[in-house]
Amino acid sequence: MTDEKKNPKGTAENWEPRIVCFFCNWCTYLAADLAGTSRIKYAPNTRVIRVMCSGRIDPQFVFEAFAKGADGVFIGGCHPGDCHYQEGNYKALRRFHLLKRVLKGMGIEEDRFRLEWISASEADHLKTAVNDMVAKVRALGPLNLEIPAKISAGEVSA
Amino acid sequence: MSDNKNKAVQETLAKGAAKADAAYMSRRITIDPITRLEGHGKIDIFLNDAGDVDRAYFQVPELRGFEKFAEGRLAEDMPQITSRICGVCPTAHHMAGTKALDDLYKVEPTGPAKKIREMIYNVFMVEDHAIHFYFLGGPDFVVGPTAPAAERNILGVIGKVGVDTGKKVIAMRRRLREVITTVGGKIVHPVFGLPGGVARRIKPEEQKHFQEVAQEAVEFGKFTMKILEDVVLKNKEYVDLIVSDAFTHKTYYMGLMDENNHPNFYDGQIRVVTPEGKEYAKFPTQKYLDHIAEHVEPWSYVKFCYLKNVGWNGFKDGPDSGVFCVAPLARLNAADGMATPLANEMYQKYFDALGGKPVHHTLANHWARVIELVCAAEKFQQLANDPELTSDNIRRLPTETPKEGVGVVEAPRGTLIHHYKTDERGVITMANLIVATQNNSARTAMSVEKAAKGLISKGIVSDGILNEVEMAFRAYDPCHGCATHSLPGSMPLAVRIRDLEGNTTSTLRRDSDGSIHKE
Amino acid sequence: MTTNEKPKVGFYWCASCGGCEEAVVDLAEDILGVVGAVDIIFWPVALDFKTKDVEAMADGSILACFINGAVRNSEQEEMVHLLRRKSKLVIAFGACSHLGGIPGLANLWDKKSIFQLVFHDGPSTVNPQGTEPQPKLEDQGRHVTLPEFFDTVRALDQVIDVDYYMPGCAPTPKLTLQALQTLLSGNLPPKGTVLSPDVALCKECPRIDTKPEDLTITEFKRPHQVLIDEEKCLLAQGIPCMGPATRGGCEALCIKGNMPCSGCFGPPGRIRDYGGKILSALASIVGSKEDAEIVKIMDSIPDPIGTFYRYSLPVSMLRRKKMEVVASDKK
Repeated sequence: MTDEKKNPKGTAENWEPRIVCFFCNWCTYLAADLAGTSRIKYAPNTRVIRVMCSGRIDPQFVFEAFAKGADGVFIGGCHPGDCHYQEGNYKALRRFHLLKRVLKGMGIEEDRFRLEWISASEADHLKTAVNDMVAKVRALGPLNLEIPAKISAGEVSA
Repeated sequence: MSDNKNKAVQETLAKGAAKADAAYMSRRITIDPITRLEGHGKIDIFLNDAGDVDRAYFQVPELRGFEKFAEGRLAEDMPQITSRICGVCPTAHHMAGTKALDDLYKVEPTGPAKKIREMIYNVFMVEDHAIHFYFLGGPDFVVGPTAPAAERNILGVIGKVGVDTGKKVIAMRRRLREVITTVGGKIVHPVFGLPGGVARRIKPEEQKHFQEVAQEAVEFGKFTMKILEDVVLKNKEYVDLIVSDAFTHKTYYMGLMDENNHPNFYDGQIRVVTPEGKEYAKFPTQKYLDHIAEHVEPWSYVKFCYLKNVGWNGFKDGPDSGVFCVAPLARLNAADGMATPLANEMYQKYFDALGGKPVHHTLANHWARVIELVCAAEKFQQLANDPELTSDNIRRLPTETPKEGVGVVEAPRGTLIHHYKTDERGVITMANLIVATQNNSARTAMSVEKAAKGLISKGIVSDGILNEVEMAFRAYDPCHGCATHSLPGSMPLAVRIRDLEGNTTSTLRRDSDGSIHKE
Repeated sequence: MTTNEKPKVGFYWCASCGGCEEAVVDLAEDILGVVGAVDIIFWPVALDFKTKDVEAMADGSILACFINGAVRNSEQEEMVHLLRRKSKLVIAFGACSHLGGIPGLANLWDKKSIFQLVFHDGPSTVNPQGTEPQPKLEDQGRHVTLPEFFDTVRALDQVIDVDYYMPGCAPTPKLTLQALQTLLSGNLPPKGTVLSPDVALCKECPRIDTKPEDLTITEFKRPHQVLIDEEKCLLAQGIPCMGPATRGGCEALCIKGNMPCSGCFGPPGRIRDYGGKILSALASIVGSKEDAEIVKIMDSIPDPIGTFYRYSLPVSMLRRKKMEVVASDKK
């Protein structure tokens, strides 16, 4: 997309970061839709998963994303006070902070995990945040967790 | 082919074969695994051309890395984490860790908490020593080292001393373990340890029960000593074996002593005596690094402790070798007496019988162990009768910023050292653990090699050596002492004789019924 | 000595502390009933274990093999593969084989860093020649071997197929006896069953009645920082207790010892990553909506991995810490 795309030394030239995004239905997902209809371009490295609320996000989802090959995970939810379910995003915020520490302890750099409050109208904000994250993850290089493709049976069942 | 040419060919072949044989400098006997104690261990014995033992390696094939993965953990979690080093003596690690926390936070446990801890610890010593005597090392003695293999186990012990004794031992073990469960939550990996105290009060009705069990324990201790006297000490053959040279090493001896130089399993200063029995050093536990160092060999994962200031001079005896010894034999040698009356009487008798202090006979560990069992039982009784045991005042909250702490106890198998460094939040930055058995690892290796050398010659392997080589390390009761259980028979054992290529040339097998077969 | 009627049973230990062997022995008098009904054909701790003998047995001729301990070296890996072939059923006994156990915390490091500390940098270690244990050594013509130490600790089912799991560190005698009786009865539960009730510990905790409906934490307290009330729910006292995400069956022994649950039974069913679940539960009850305040509260759990994954790091979804360079691992 741009010429700043330069992968770190030792990484394949055509490697592209893969960011798994969990967007809440009422805010961030709509912002992504708005970006689409407004033809606002942003990095194509996202894999979006729609959840009803950022509070739905179980840390196990985040682990699974990394274990299955994601180089970064991005959570998008409603601004504090605006949650469609009142308190869900606060739960997400608290989990995010604790989860971040565990990921760090497991050798996953802080820049690979991000939480943003993006309301339905903030398509630009989404673009900036995603582009910023992709650039940061690109600089870090692929995560390449050495976990076999077959994670043992019993993955998270909602 | 003409006859001459044929002969020449044969000669050449014969010469070649002789050369090859000569090149096979040694043959190898492997005992794998060793039994009736440690789960993981093997002995590799190499023979020279004459069939005598050239070298024997006592190998510990396991390592888990507790000292490394302790980094980043919370200090107050260490007593529970380190107890997983050993599921037979978790209480020892738990206690050493708890005391390290006291030192880390510079907080003195309350009086009642100290008594509760010391009581629990002595209960544990009784229980653990009893298991070793009846199920692990004891059978070698009670039944005899050259008794048929089928009898050299708890069933043989029972056969010798009666079914009632067996039931008594199992019941006593259970009741002692229940005491620890009451105070510590669990018996395998208890949870009572906190800096400055213990987690839980003792209720009056619980104390009453402890007093009953304590009385049983003292009786049980006396009873065990009687068995030892009747079955072992009155038997000249066994006594000859105990004092034989094959099982003797003259090393330094170490133990935790109180201010009267009586062994105190829970607390004290570390005292070391020379092979002649003179005091060599007595120092507070915090200074252990000035005295104890660890040596590495490429053929074992366990490290070998030695006295730093004497130096590592190889696997040797004597005052010029830093090799030292811990556990019952060592503790009694390093002491001037026992802290409790019955045990002290037994202590005097022991040294009188074995020719004064210090006693260098490794197998005497079994006798010393029973004396300690009695001492621990008496101590248990003292503390169980203490009115402060049920006090509410069991915690003193730490106020100091943590930095560094050392906690030392006498585990059943020897001096156990936990050393932690933390940051200001109490997160571990360094952990150094000197586990009891390590202090004995050099001497154990020496004992095994000496026994092998003394017992194997001309490549002849027999049932005697199978057991007697094992007895050499069994006396030390290495940590991870094996579980007690009823055995269907003896320990079948195989000795494989291999050539240098690793091909089995012959196997000697001792089956569960004790019969020996050569294959 | 073996009879044809009695089913054959075996015990083996990998990277273990021996506590699970003690747990079996703690059956005390009850074990006699079991022992009478089976033929213990090997138990390295007590009976001489001969690889050759086990190899000579027909595949599947051992009814059940109870394996405890995590797998962290080459000898353990070979043994468990062998035992799997020879056994109809394999039971992962205890937290180490079930989840990886406390030795699994070594997955935050690798062989190089562990050896560096243990054999070189430790304060009491004196090793000027830089000696390290060698898998193969030639010492003056003598060939001596040791098992190879792996970078990564694995739970049993990450190495072989496992039929049942007996949780706990160590499993309780009560559950162990029940498990043995179930297996001998012939009424086998579905494969993969964890042999303990599928409920959270809170349900059987003696302090459940004191757990408030609305539980909010403004600061987590570490056990040594506060006097612990002997009757009240530990979480309600601010002390991190793993009860909400931990499988019951242990009868809350640690709570009876007035200390919090540390999670040794692992998760109840339907939870894939134990640490993720408990961290989610505890984070949810933190009573703050402000970023900075939340950060401060989380600071009161200074070691999240040791707290949430103490027993289950190897089976977690991330399995191990990503090191800068992890040496080649025999997976």
